[in-house]
Amino acid sequence: MASKVLHAIFTDDDILMQAVKALREKKYTINEVFCPFPVHGLDKAMGMPHTRLAITSFLYGLVGLAVATWMMNFIMIEDWPQNIGGKPSFSYLENMPAFVPIMFEMTVFFAAHLMVITFYMRSKLWPFKKAENPDVRTTDDKFLMEISVNEANVQAIAEVLHENGAAEIKLIDNK
Amino acid sequence: MYTMSSKIKLFSLILIIVGAIGLVYGFIDAPSSVEEVKEMLHNDHASHGGESVAMESGHASEEAHGDEHAEHLYHQLHNKPWAAIYVPALFIFLISLGVFVFYALQNAAQAGWSPVLFRVMEGIASYLVPGGIIVYLLLILSSLHLNHLFVWMDPEVVAHDEIIQNKTAYLNTPFFLIRAAIYIVGWILFSKFIIKNSRKMDDGFDLKLHKRNFKLSAMFLVFFIVTESMMSWDWIMSIDTHWFSTLFGWFVLASILVSAVTTIALVTIYLKGKGYLEIVNNSHIHDLAKFMMGFSIFWAYLWFSQFLLIWYSNIPEEVTYYASRLEDYPLLFFGTVILNWVLPMLILINSDFKRINWIVVFAGIIILLGHYLNFFVMIMPGTVGESWFIGIPEISSLMLIAGLFIYTVFNALAKAPLTVKNNAFLEESKHFHY
Repeated sequence: MASKVLHAIFTDDDILMQAVKALREKKYTINEVFCPFPVHGLDKAMGMPHTRLAITSFLYGLVGLAVATWMMNFIMIEDWPQNIGGKPSFSYLENMPAFVPIMFEMTVFFAAHLMVITFYMRSKLWPFKKAENPDVRTTDDKFLMEISVNEANVQAIAEVLHENGAAEIKLIDNK
Repeated sequence: MYTMSSKIKLFSLILIIVGAIGLVYGFIDAPSSVEEVKEMLHNDHASHGGESVAMESGHASEEAHGDEHAEHLYHQLHNKPWAAIYVPALFIFLISLGVFVFYALQNAAQAGWSPVLFRVMEGIASYLVPGGIIVYLLLILSSLHLNHLFVWMDPEVVAHDEIIQNKTAYLNTPFFLIRAAIYIVGWILFSKFIIKNSRKMDDGFDLKLHKRNFKLSAMFLVFFIVTESMMSWDWIMSIDTHWFSTLFGWFVLASILVSAVTTIALVTIYLKGKGYLEIVNNSHIHDLAKFMMGFSIFWAYLWFSQFLLIWYSNIPEEVTYYASRLEDYPLLFFGTVILNWVLPMLILINSDFKRINWIVVFAGIIILLGHYLNFFVMIMPGTVGESWFIGIPEISSLMLIAGLFIYTVFNALAKAPLTVKNNAFLEESKHFHY
């Protein structure tokens, strides 16, 4: 990690996108961009990899389906196969339509909740977490870009930022 | 401007001719009298020899029962070629209707992604006229007692059946034909007007035409949902006259919509592959594939809701519908769920797959096949019962109607530029990106 970072503030998301593209063209690495709202295409412009959250959700759904199937099979068929209102409890398949609502809901429940928890864990979000906000204005109407710099390239990067419409550029020590 | 290739013309003509020959063979092959069936049964027993002794003695002890059995079988076999042509005629007509409904939905919802596909939808909707005539002819032939598809049309059956007698206020031949005429003429008129306005807009942008199409589409959708529901009672549910289901109209609607969107996707991919639709990008295909998957799941939801409620309560007057299907059509009955829900869902759940043409085509063929079989399972048990078979009459009548459909659709596609001009949402649609 570099010891110093540049904080560049932008007032408009279009200008921010231009600056991101210009920096990426010159092969400088952008550490982080703080935005008050999602900027469409920013992740692509920064070259970030695609999220795999949907894949995890699919797998969690399969787990939920398995849990529901195992649970209903154990309770209703294996453990105590009672005759309840004439429903066939001889095998799982024979009574399956009655279990489908449970199987469906458990699949959705697992897929949704475990995916959300995965999201929290991966993005390190929890109650009482200390907010990592370099500038309070970024939650309102300003965009902030953080770039690691060293003695050799600080001037060049600052110039690129300036040319691409940065409203403020600050050199600060990296914590 | 698209011109129909000679290959497509030849292909559809071959389908029509081969299909027509097969269908004629199906009608010739069907027994023409009860006596013929009795003879057939007799020969069958003779050839089986000792194996069917028990059955034979059963027949001998109860001659009257044997006659009834032969007559029952005669009706089923006599119905076979009729039902074989009725299923694809209805299915493919409803596909073109579904495409037009989807088109009206895009107009009414002022969708920004779909105007580049409007001409494809208009082309497919052009089958409404020949398809409607064929379906109506089949209904007239049924009401002339040339076949036994609709059991309530037979006055002898109704005379001995109190349940049907109580339904004759709705289920009587003249009213049935009048209703059918209203549905078909209504759908065709709406399609003619809306498509005519869309063609007129090519000459120059006119907000009046745009607004008129918006209003017409909204009116059509209201008209459609009422007539579609009644159509499904009349043309499909009344085959099993003793049975009724309240969500049947929705169930048929789901089948129509998913087949329609699939057909739009297949025709679009074909035309794009031939280089006619450069402005269609893979985001448009992605959207169509999303609709294919969504409506597939909607279909499965209704299929299961109808099945679960009847299976769970198991009331004898309702459950016979499923009992006959589970007994005589188990493979098709559950096979449609695999084809129409499990496979499309697993294939099209991936966002990247929905952009790949061959995967969408593969899923589309599965969906169309599955929904043909869905109509097959809805219509066959009440008309041919356990005598069903997917043989020459079934396959050839599907070929005949499919050939006619392909010819009509591609012929209509050649009649107007493949992209609308001056549509209010055209620019947005051209740059649609998801």
